[in-house]
Amino acid sequence: MEKGNPLREIAAAAGTKDWSVRLSFVIMGTAAIRYGQVIKGALYLAAQVLFALFFALFGWRYLRHFGTLGETAQLRVWDEQAQIYQRVPGDNSMLILLFSVLTVAVTVAFLLVWYCNLKGARRVARLAAQGRHINTFREDISTLLDERFHITLLSAPMLTVALFTALPIVFMILIAFTNFDANHQPPGRLFTWTGLANVADVFLGNEIKAHTFFGVLGWTLVWAVLATFTNYLLGMLLAIAINHKAVRLKKLWRTCFMIAIAIPQFVSLLLISRALESSGAINVALQQLGWISTPLPFMTNPALARLVVVLVNMWIGIPYTMMTFSGVLMNIPGDLYESAEIDGAGPVRRFFTITLPYMVFVTTPATITTFVGNINNFNVIYLLTAGGPFALDYYQAGKTDLLVTWLYKLTVNQQDYALASTIGIFIFMIVSVCSLSVYNRTGAVRKEEMFQ
Amino acid sequence: MTKRKAARKLRAAVGLHAVLAALAAVWLLPVAWLLLSSLRQEQGAYTPYLMPRAFTLGNYARLFTDTSLFNFPRWFLNTLFVALCSCLITTVLTLMVAYVYSRLRFRSRKALMNVSLVLGMFPGFMSMIAIYHFMKAIGLDQTLLALILVYSGGAALNYYIVKGFFDTIPKSLDEAATIDGATRHDIFWRIILPSAKPVIANTAINAFIAPWVDFIFVSVIMKDNYNNYTVAKGLYTMVDKANIYHYYTVFCAGAVVVALPIVLLFIRLQKYYVAGVTSGAVKG
Repeated sequence: MEKGNPLREIAAAAGTKDWSVRLSFVIMGTAAIRYGQVIKGALYLAAQVLFALFFALFGWRYLRHFGTLGETAQLRVWDEQAQIYQRVPGDNSMLILLFSVLTVAVTVAFLLVWYCNLKGARRVARLAAQGRHINTFREDISTLLDERFHITLLSAPMLTVALFTALPIVFMILIAFTNFDANHQPPGRLFTWTGLANVADVFLGNEIKAHTFFGVLGWTLVWAVLATFTNYLLGMLLAIAINHKAVRLKKLWRTCFMIAIAIPQFVSLLLISRALESSGAINVALQQLGWISTPLPFMTNPALARLVVVLVNMWIGIPYTMMTFSGVLMNIPGDLYESAEIDGAGPVRRFFTITLPYMVFVTTPATITTFVGNINNFNVIYLLTAGGPFALDYYQAGKTDLLVTWLYKLTVNQQDYALASTIGIFIFMIVSVCSLSVYNRTGAVRKEEMFQ
Repeated sequence: MTKRKAARKLRAAVGLHAVLAALAAVWLLPVAWLLLSSLRQEQGAYTPYLMPRAFTLGNYARLFTDTSLFNFPRWFLNTLFVALCSCLITTVLTLMVAYVYSRLRFRSRKALMNVSLVLGMFPGFMSMIAIYHFMKAIGLDQTLLALILVYSGGAALNYYIVKGFFDTIPKSLDEAATIDGATRHDIFWRIILPSAKPVIANTAINAFIAPWVDFIFVSVIMKDNYNNYTVAKGLYTMVDKANIYHYYTVFCAGAVVVALPIVLLFIRLQKYYVAGVTSGAVKG
């Protein structure tokens, strides 16, 4: 495939003497039809017609309001004759924004098709001028199974990602720059662009929101460090214990821990959270043992609640780290130990010079992934404490809330979408910084061809 | 070996086994608690004693027969349907994308991989409202089809483990086949897929499990359409404040019914799981 600058390609197409190539600028597929690729040309033409219809009948209706996100809200007007309030339909900011994004995406896709049409036109004209073979439609199709197989394979996955991941993300990023909250719910009340107001609110403008944001952010980071560190260390110890040569029935031990994590988290965590309540099983057990006389406030004392989520997270996480480390331990090359033994290294020394460095080295990327996972560890927090105990000095958040559970509550309970999106963008920034550090450190990207 | 050394070894072994047994007990306790509660005859979430006074299988019977408020059998079929469809779609999409990035070289490859990486870093919850309104706009809100699309739509972003596996299949096999006149389409079907069975199984099983354990996206998509709930969301509704007293033991029974197959799958999956964690480490 010839590598070309798209702008130069377009300029070259405009400069040709071939009328059909130049006509392809405005009527797609002209050149293809002229040189015998009738079906291909017809498809281009059909794409153009469909896009024009889409844009005129659907897209433009929303896109023209994009600047204001709608002016007239839906009204309720008293109908004297029928003696009822009649709804007068107005604009809907949400739909305007959503479909504007869709329209822009479709337009970009169409421009790509248009560019392919031009490039194809120039190529077919050149081939015709040189009297060389021009692919029939059937031959074009068969290249989709070989030279252009990536197009065949990628089109369906990319379409679903565009619709169900990329489009919603772009939409929500834009929401962060609006005032889409509980007081601005279309169609009754429209929302509009407010620029960086939400970002300013979160950082300094609005005292309670800024206080909440930094409080929750601080706990999120403390939590992620604690959760990752405890699981890493204890999971490693557990794996070493199980893989110790004196231990019998290794597989049975591993299975015991696997069963615990195979139970869906919404079940196990809900059970544990019920058991931790003041009349729950754990308090009952402690009282029956005579260790305490009044129930412990696991869920209402902030410090205790934070301790509890970290401890319960160990119950969830350690089996995973144990499995990872078991795999790593079994993969340490045996000859490393043999040569160390020849050199006279004892078991303790072998552990600190071979086993430990090897395990740390191999699991570093996975650990950073776990760290990122813990920043976004929705299930453990939401199912155990639901972010509680609720804090009066916080804006719609509790003392164990992470950024991601706060985002969820703002979205689902408060419909404060604008603030939620702002937080989402901030989470993205933290996550991307952490992930990029892994990505660069492992060098796996650069070495991806190594095994082939 | 001296006697003293042997005694020390024995003591270490006994100690290790004792520690492991204690830990295993801690880890299995909630599981035992779940089983006990599912067999308890007395209703209610909280009892002032630990061992049930009487045992019954009635909770399981109620789960499948008392469908007036909570239609568990229907939820079970919903989940099975959604899980099968999204498992099929996810597996196919993931394999396609992984093959392309692993084996084919084309101009926008790097750019597409980077975009995938960036998209994967946004928190999933951020976009769920947009997805809901989008589904509503195309008339799919509160349907099982919407749920299938949500679970499998992002499959093209989670190709890392499968690609990592494909990368280890020697490229000389492809080259030999190309010389014999095979197209890339043939290579995909005849060389890559047959040698990737473990990772295909892993992908499929993970995709199959996801709908059984998710309750967030179901809540957003289905709102109050009880009939289209999946088991996770349905069971979750059973233990909200209004229902927990009457349905707690039934919830436990339902949880056992859902957890049992997953536990069995997990135990069979152990070895793939370990391989997946270490080879897929590239993903952020």
